[in-house]
Amino acid sequence: MFEDFFKVVTKRFNGGDDDYKPPMFKCPRCQGLSPLSRYEELHRVCPACNYHGRLSAQERISITIDKESFREFDSEMKSRNPIDFPEYEEKQEELRERTGLNDAVITGTATIKGSPCVIGVMDSRYMMASMGSVVGEKIARAFEYAAANKLPVIMFTASGGARMQEGIVSLMQMAKTAGAVKLHSDQGGLYITVLTDPTTGGVTASFASLGDIIIAEPKILIGFAGRRVIENTIKQRLPDDFQLAEFMYEKGFIDMIVERRKMRSVLSHLLKLHGYNKKGV
Amino acid sequence: MSENKTAWERIQLVHNTGRPTINDYLPLIFTDYYEMHGDRLYGDDKAVIGAVGRLDGRPVTIIAQVKGRDINENKVCNFAMPHPEGYRKALRLARQAEKFHRPLICFIDTPGAFCGIAAEERGMGEAIAKNIAEFMTLRTPIISIVLGEAGSGGALGLGVCDELAMLENAQYSVLSPRGFASILWKDASREREASEIMRITAEDMVRLGVAETIIEEPLGGAHNDLDKISENIKEYLSQVIPEKCQKDIDVLLKERYTKFRKIGAFIE
Repeated sequence: MFEDFFKVVTKRFNGGDDDYKPPMFKCPRCQGLSPLSRYEELHRVCPACNYHGRLSAQERISITIDKESFREFDSEMKSRNPIDFPEYEEKQEELRERTGLNDAVITGTATIKGSPCVIGVMDSRYMMASMGSVVGEKIARAFEYAAANKLPVIMFTASGGARMQEGIVSLMQMAKTAGAVKLHSDQGGLYITVLTDPTTGGVTASFASLGDIIIAEPKILIGFAGRRVIENTIKQRLPDDFQLAEFMYEKGFIDMIVERRKMRSVLSHLLKLHGYNKKGV
Repeated sequence: MSENKTAWERIQLVHNTGRPTINDYLPLIFTDYYEMHGDRLYGDDKAVIGAVGRLDGRPVTIIAQVKGRDINENKVCNFAMPHPEGYRKALRLARQAEKFHRPLICFIDTPGAFCGIAAEERGMGEAIAKNIAEFMTLRTPIISIVLGEAGSGGALGLGVCDELAMLENAQYSVLSPRGFASILWKDASREREASEIMRITAEDMVRLGVAETIIEEPLGGAHNDLDKISENIKEYLSQVIPEKCQKDIDVLLKERYTKFRKIGAFIE
């Protein structure tokens, strides 16, 4: 349902004999057009309104952690079809080819300015980063590993919610992940959530809302119920800023809104403030 | 009497028969019960009731989603769709159950958490997430029973437990078949077809490891014999509550974690 949010549009200039067509980015927040090259240069931040667009998991990891510090967990894990949903396997096969991912989250260990951590990054290109068996299992394992090895966890969340194609099994991943977060927390582990566009549904109602520190990127969508569902329920149009990061910040559900260009540095400071210093120091 | 009904027939049965609600069951299962109100943070959500009472003489805490039996009751209890304060009231009473060493019994009966502006503003996601995480380590036995429908995260907010029982015709789903059809096929009218492929029946829940027990309903459904269905629920609770109370609490918590930890289907 969010797929059209992130449409890169090409605007044709009707300049007569000049057929130059610079690719343009149309911002889903301010609707403004800017050159795609500028948007890319800013790591996908709208130059006009500061909306922080979606990154692939690989891009996110590369701008966040120390070079070559990433050791991935469970890279080969793939979903089965627990409720025999028609065409679920085919759909995933096609997405694997298109995205190079095996499911909607990448997890592993890394260092950020020398501080070791477990990191998880969700990727909305893969079935809207919906949470099925693989997302649930990889996240639970990441927290269990962090608990056993006394590491902090940083989770970049993005999700349309539950993975419909896995039915009730998908819903149960909320319990699985939230349980693992609790286990890690009860052992004194630090968990930082970074909410990215969009974080909704069952992910909001499980591990995304359980961080010791909850950070959001500017102008991103955060919510439990989808906008259309609410509009249909209450039969009125919602204000434009409803469920944006700034709205949830005002309501008291987010500690800070951090711009992408400062994220690595803020995370590094927070890790060090909690005693997670350079390895071996 | 076990009958073979399709998922769709069961949905009709749960929705269209004047099926008993927690308010019908309370006096037939528990004694000396007192309702407790409010989350101490914002208000008192009438979609969720909390009570302290006795089961076979043993003090227990009861938390339940409340369906109305007519339109006036439904206006008060918001058709059993809780706001965040309903989940926060539940958590407050769950912690109290832990403090006073009372087992916790949750009755699930909701189409889902309420979708509205106020619910979002007061942090529906956070409220459900917190309950899931806290129930996972609550140091007292938790038994949950699905009475009619268990819809999505709104059900799971009372659904982390040591054992889940389903009434024979009850359903548990990731979202309503109507919502499912409208999201996946952009056609809400295909809800019947959706209900049959979603795997939402009590038998499906046992097969998928979500539920442990099915409580038999009287012939034709729970509404046909309130005394009989209440007796069946009570019989189940009278057996399972002492059994869980006897267990070492650390063992129980480990098993509770494992129950949810092992649900999923993947290859490596």
